[in-house]
Amino acid sequence: MWQSATVRTSLGFVLVAAACVFFADLDISGHDPWGELNRLFFGLIQPSFANLDYLGEALVRTLAFAFVGVGLGAGAGLLLALMFGSRIVRTFCAFIRAIHELFWALIFLQFFGLHPLTGVLAIAIPYAGVFGKVYAEILDESDPQPAQILPFGVGTVTALIYTRISQAWPHLTSYTYYRLECGLRSSAVLGFVGMPTLGFYLESSFSQGHYGEVGALLLLFYGMITTLRFWVRPRLVPLYLLAAPFLLGSGLPIRWDNVTRFFTEDIVPAPLRNGEGLGELWVWLLELLSTEALPGIWNTLVLTQIALVITGVLTLLLYPLGSRHFTNRLTGPLGHIVLVVLRSTPEYLLAFILLQLWGPSMLPAVVALAVHNSGIIGHLIGRRSNEITLRPDAPNGIERYAYELTPRLYGPFLAFLFYRWEIIMRETAILGILGIATLGFYVDSAIQEIRFDRAMVLILITALLNIGVDILARYLRRRLHLRHTAKSEP
Amino acid sequence: MQTLTLTNLVADYGEQRVLGPLDLAIEPGQKIALVGKSGAGKSTLLNLMHQRWRHTGAALMPQELGLVPSLSVFHNVFMGGLARRATWYNLVSLMRPFRRDIDSILPLLEQLDIAEKCWTAAGELSGGQRQRVAAARAIHQQSDLLLADEPASALDGPMAVKVMAALTEAHPTAVLALHDVELALRFADRVVGIADGQIALDQPSERVKTQDLLALY
Repeated sequence: MWQSATVRTSLGFVLVAAACVFFADLDISGHDPWGELNRLFFGLIQPSFANLDYLGEALVRTLAFAFVGVGLGAGAGLLLALMFGSRIVRTFCAFIRAIHELFWALIFLQFFGLHPLTGVLAIAIPYAGVFGKVYAEILDESDPQPAQILPFGVGTVTALIYTRISQAWPHLTSYTYYRLECGLRSSAVLGFVGMPTLGFYLESSFSQGHYGEVGALLLLFYGMITTLRFWVRPRLVPLYLLAAPFLLGSGLPIRWDNVTRFFTEDIVPAPLRNGEGLGELWVWLLELLSTEALPGIWNTLVLTQIALVITGVLTLLLYPLGSRHFTNRLTGPLGHIVLVVLRSTPEYLLAFILLQLWGPSMLPAVVALAVHNSGIIGHLIGRRSNEITLRPDAPNGIERYAYELTPRLYGPFLAFLFYRWEIIMRETAILGILGIATLGFYVDSAIQEIRFDRAMVLILITALLNIGVDILARYLRRRLHLRHTAKSEP
Repeated sequence: MQTLTLTNLVADYGEQRVLGPLDLAIEPGQKIALVGKSGAGKSTLLNLMHQRWRHTGAALMPQELGLVPSLSVFHNVFMGGLARRATWYNLVSLMRPFRRDIDSILPLLEQLDIAEKCWTAAGELSGGQRQRVAAARAIHQQSDLLLADEPASALDGPMAVKVMAALTEAHPTAVLALHDVELALRFADRVVGIADGQIALDQPSERVKTQDLLALY
């Protein structure tokens, strides 16, 4: 067993994470953390639906931003996917998806202000990058023959739609549907930076100590996501897409002089803006690197590696909940619900709540990342295990887990985990906005100090870090012969 | 249509020569059966013919059929006529087919005994049904020249005859790769035997004896 490359790689990750724990701040420092948790729990079991206007608006805005953002992202992504043969387009997609939607929101906030366009573009842009890549993979898997035998003289658009897009349609729609679910989470989280979505209402209810309202908001959010497949029907989607732009709210008007100033002055590095020359720029950059970028990168990496390994461990513990080999007619649906709740909780939202309860440290972030991501991978691995047929006399219980299923599922498990690595890192960086000293913390502080030039450099560094991890993960998947395609996403 | 000629045709797969060099002339109105054992080069020859004559409107019915599984039978057949319509017409038709296309495609499906599957997705059909859909698509292309690779391989006796009759009736000129000797002699007026990438036999079908054909296998 120790000779296997996958086991040795896994051990390497565990050792790195163990070393990281020594450098990480994982204390609970909140004032009366368990009392707070208790009050939140009572808020959940005694939610207050009294303020219905308030709750309704939170929900409608969250839906509207998700539909418009994901809709635009999917349209742009399809166009990008059709041009994905070009290296420039591939690099462009990798770059725009490496920047988290909250970073995009922070950027747009500086010049569009609290206009709906800020929230819409913050979702649409990174989603377009993801859609471009995944749509291209899906289209590549379609059979080329129907296009080859088309009659001579059929136009490019007709040929494309009748052959490649038609073949890929079921996969395109199921992937888009999955991303809509992600888009609802993104939309909710955008509220934390000021968009009028769920996060905004959640934050204000929290700060006023209205736990009943917090409970109601959370329950409505789970309700919305778990019932998604009942009300997002193919025939209704065009209707939603048409209505959504009118439900975004009006926000504040855009001031175009702000837009111009942002691009021509604000983001130009200070030494250049003041005409101090390249020598000063170098000093400026070195100072930024040593005082903010490097500590930020270090903390991001430390937190990512711990969260990744805990996600892995938790996944291995949780996947039986989604597997027919361990559940029966009674426990099956229950296990499914547990996994759905775990994966429906946005990391950012959970980290926010845990930070309120436990005080500032890396612990809330680690728990939030591990809970959300193990919910997702646990669900996928559980589903994969359902495709395995065991011999009739296979052992039961812990032996079935250790000898029959886990060894067979370990390859796909690692593939999914490496796939989530980049996503965990992107989220880790963003959790800095909540006060954990990862890259997002320094980005947010730079923005609060109105030093957008520094913020932009830090966001670029974050993007490069994400792209680097993505390349490393792809290398490991190839080296360990782990197959992973777009279709294995949920 | 003029005489179609192939001169000194060759096909290589890597270092290996899989076809030719061979010469072949096809007169308008001829129905040619390509016979020979599998791997002899029949499919390669048909594909080369298609590449060469596609711009003249030749219809190809490949062995793998080339249907779009997610589209309905109607739309798969309609695809044979895509080049005759404007782009907007084709796109609207994808969402809501026009009456006149339904009126022209339904009788064709009835002729091939598959009209009841008109609105079923092609991916949900059996092998024999899918083969009939591919035949209907080729016919709907209304081409002068049909190139078909084993067009009746998944069909049993009477249905195979029905499909072969429909295909040869709809196309003035046809090149059909067939492993069924009986069908070849019944529907073709000229038999071309391929062995090891070369033409081993080229005779009007009334002069071909079953004995000659068996020698090819």
